Amino acid sequence: MGEVIKNRSIIEDDVRHLADDEQATGGNFTVSLTRWLEEREQLKNVEGIGVRIASDEPIEPILDDISSLDIIALDFPKFADGRSYSKARLLRERFNYQGELRATGDILRDQLFYLCRCGFDTFELAQGNIRDALKGFNDFSITYQTAADGTLPVYLSEQRV
Amino acid sequence: MYQYNAIDQKIVDERVAQYRDQVERRLAGELTEDQFRPLRLMNGLYLQRHAYMLRVAIPYGLLSSEQTRMLAHIARKYDKGFGHITTRQNIQYNWPKLAESPDILADLAKVQMHAIQTSGNCIRNISADHLAGVAGDEIEDPRPYCEILRQWSTFHPEFSYLPRKFKIAITGAIQDRAAVIVHDIGFRLVKNDEGVVGFQVIVGGGLGRTPILGATIREFLPKEHLLSYTEAILRVYNLHGNRENKYKARIKILVKSLGPDEFRRQVEEEWEHIKDSVLHLTEEEIARVSAFFVPPEYDAQAANHQEFLGKIDSNPQFARWFEQNVTEHKVPGYNIVAVSLKSPERPPGDITDEQLDVIADLADKYSFGRLRTTHEQNLILSDVPNEHLFALWSELHAQEMATPNIGKVTDIICCPGLDFCDLANAGSIGVSQAITDAFKDDLELQYDIGELKIKMSGCINSCGHHHVGHIGILGINKNDEEYYQIMLGGSAENDASLGKWLGPAISKDEIVGAIQKIVDYYRVEREDGERFLDFYRRVGRGPIKEVVYG
Repeated sequence: MGEVIKNRSIIEDDVRHLADDEQATGGNFTVSLTRWLEEREQLKNVEGIGVRIASDEPIEPILDDISSLDIIALDFPKFADGRSYSKARLLRERFNYQGELRATGDILRDQLFYLCRCGFDTFELAQGNIRDALKGFNDFSITYQTAADGTLPVYLSEQRV
Repeated sequence: MYQYNAIDQKIVDERVAQYRDQVERRLAGELTEDQFRPLRLMNGLYLQRHAYMLRVAIPYGLLSSEQTRMLAHIARKYDKGFGHITTRQNIQYNWPKLAESPDILADLAKVQMHAIQTSGNCIRNISADHLAGVAGDEIEDPRPYCEILRQWSTFHPEFSYLPRKFKIAITGAIQDRAAVIVHDIGFRLVKNDEGVVGFQVIVGGGLGRTPILGATIREFLPKEHLLSYTEAILRVYNLHGNRENKYKARIKILVKSLGPDEFRRQVEEEWEHIKDSVLHLTEEEIARVSAFFVPPEYDAQAANHQEFLGKIDSNPQFARWFEQNVTEHKVPGYNIVAVSLKSPERPPGDITDEQLDVIADLADKYSFGRLRTTHEQNLILSDVPNEHLFALWSELHAQEMATPNIGKVTDIICCPGLDFCDLANAGSIGVSQAITDAFKDDLELQYDIGELKIKMSGCINSCGHHHVGHIGILGINKNDEEYYQIMLGGSAENDASLGKWLGPAISKDEIVGAIQKIVDYYRVEREDGERFLDFYRRVGRGPIKEVVYG
């Protein structure tokens, strides 16, 4: 499973992404949206449960269960596929999702700053040096606009000098 | 004009550092070209046929003399001594070296400039009416709203990986000089029945492979909702725009496939959630940014200077230039001067380092130190008093920047084409110069032809806006030879329309002759005072096709 970045630290990953025919054996795990929708009643009270949402899948089917989920993993099949940025903001800002929001797929250092601002807290890096990648969170010290990180637009904030 | 505060400067400086690090990682082999491409593209650095090309943002086309001198310096130091003004009011350099590109950005940052989001699938530089603030038909100056949107869109974390590039234009005037109808979003400042100024919101226009005129999805948007409504449009697009096929990925295709009514419904539903969030613009912020765009201190006595009228009588060259390139300013005694970058000596829109330095000095001497770029690839000195008109003309004339051809047959919009661009299928510059050569020596003929906008692209991506030219020319590759298709009847102004194909593509040797035949036919058959565009709309394609192919 290797290492992931969580809350800007590198940790051993303890989350298993289960195939649709793979049994859950305790610990933290995710299932596909399809499996979630089929096994929702059995799965929703399991500790450590997460759902994986592909870039072309909507978030609406999980909204009713958002408080039962410990992990939501949004996928980036290519880093250029930016749909999951919007879904992350909606989950955090509109639907008040509090659990782990994990970015999976083609995740590169140069996207971490934006991903973090949109509400992701956990990152499975696709390639590159994971330690170097931590620098990516500090690309900018100031931002113009609001996002899921709760910063105010710059003109409303105390950043204005 | 807008002046950076410490925050704006810091963001640009941090961007330079971030980009420098990316370039170093690329040069060290830590990033593959595949990984680096989207990073450099987010910063306006393209790999073209012969070299890299760097596109520098000129927000809504406004430059100070100091910035213009820096553009000259960059042309001299990092390029072969020239730059190219684009159809989105930016400037491109054709010969920068990758290793030096961070230094160029650092130089730009010293004068509050950058190349942020001048390419890539993100929100691009926002363009505006090039006569903003000085035109008599203006309801309100659009530039404060361009600047507010520039800041909001800069490094927007949610909208930096859109399905495709995204272009916004704003006009505050009755006459649309910003081509808002062919933008992803076009905003028009309008006054409602209560006399309140807000925005008409037009979405889903564009050129390229699938030219479409935008649809109005809101007749009146109160100003305070500018950001929230824009964010709602972008979110719907980001979630639902086509990601499978880049040729169907622009917002125009989404609007077309959903229909404007359904698209509007989705936007308004999203907007309901965020309209009263912190995206709600405050009056203070609108006032703060607007204060940067107050008019300069005009001289109330400027109109008393009428000496230039004598020069008009005595100097026919000056008279022609005044007639063609100078337009009325809203303040008596001042003039709006178009600086033609369509001299026969140079490709359309190209400007040398020396010319950039000269125009910066002229702006300081005669126009409050400001100039503008236009989407028609010329420059504007927007506030020239009567008193200095003749001196200005003399100096422009010496620099080959006083060609009296604004809006005429030789004022051609033209993309870089096969000479530079990696996407092009055929040359554009050569054809535009051949057309110019055919007409340049007979100014009286050009004036007799009157307003005629020729727009030329070297491929279907339409950077030269051929769909909205009165005559549009599209270069194609036919069996490895350069051929050209002619379109007629396009316009991106208030009377917007998309041109229609005239007939089969024409060889490079025959294209100029075909244009001449069309022009000759028009001159014979037109009614009194009828512009080419109106003539075409009256007679239709049939007879013109007969003349060209018959």
